[in-house]
Amino acid sequence: MIELGKYAVTVWMAYGVSAILLVGLIWHTVAANARARRELKKQEDHG
Amino acid sequence: MSIWEYANPVKFMRVSGAMLPWTVAAAVLCCVAGVVWGFLTPLDYKQGATVKILFLHVPAAMMAINIWVMMLVASLIWLIRRHHVSALAAKAAAPVGAVMTLIALATGAIWGQPMWGSWWEWDPRLTSFLILFLFYVGYIALWSAVEDPDSAADLTGVLCLVGSVFALLSRYAVLFWNQGLHQGASLSVAPGERMSAIYRYPLYLSMLGFFLLFLALLLIRTRTEIRKRRLAALIAREMRT
Repeated sequence: MIELGKYAVTVWMAYGVSAILLVGLIWHTVAANARARRELKKQEDHG
Repeated sequence: MSIWEYANPVKFMRVSGAMLPWTVAAAVLCCVAGVVWGFLTPLDYKQGATVKILFLHVPAAMMAINIWVMMLVASLIWLIRRHHVSALAAKAAAPVGAVMTLIALATGAIWGQPMWGSWWEWDPRLTSFLILFLFYVGYIALWSAVEDPDSAADLTGVLCLVGSVFALLSRYAVLFWNQGLHQGASLSVAPGERMSAIYRYPLYLSMLGFFLLFLALLLIRTRTEIRKRRLAALIAREMRT
């Protein structure tokens, strides 16, 4: 187990907040790309 | 072969499609290795375990400033040469820059509470970073607010030029003003100020990881913007016929 001493909450909070923000950004990026690809394909097939 | 060939959306999609899997793999590898290595470093004799926050805070702050500089270069290319891919790349980079700035502000506040005894101080570097974050938000909002994409690219390009003052200020604020709580550069090469190799190498790896993560996200988001632009053009053509 990693010893974080009296600053354990501080360190985990920093890593937790960063992880949430980064995962949110990656999820938004991938989801928007998938949606744009799907809509473009639908339009091209339709046209 | 000229760099301007990549301003062609078709060429950009082909090259970025080939680059993307390698960029994503390298980004994941370097980010995970850098952050985990940083997390496993020994406790600092002054800061204790809070030194581990450095491996998130410094790369995020570095990217927050450099992404704005990248947006400035892309905006200038748009304003001078009218290459659409550069305008779309600047637009695609902004949310990544905003999140990096937010991570730098949040991890800085979390670190500052036990070390400075305060979550926030109106220190020159902290204040200029907050203003930089507001510029990112304003830039994203302006793209959404203007309907015509070329006008939006023009207006956001000008906003980017103005915001560059704060991007540079947030980088050099600690040098301009000899006041405030924020310490100098983490990677100083001055004798006696150089960071120990135990912390320096994982920090380099983490910085590389954050840069590659930005590159991967930039490629995906620019590809998304190009697809959305093509979709809008196809719909407009269908409406005309």
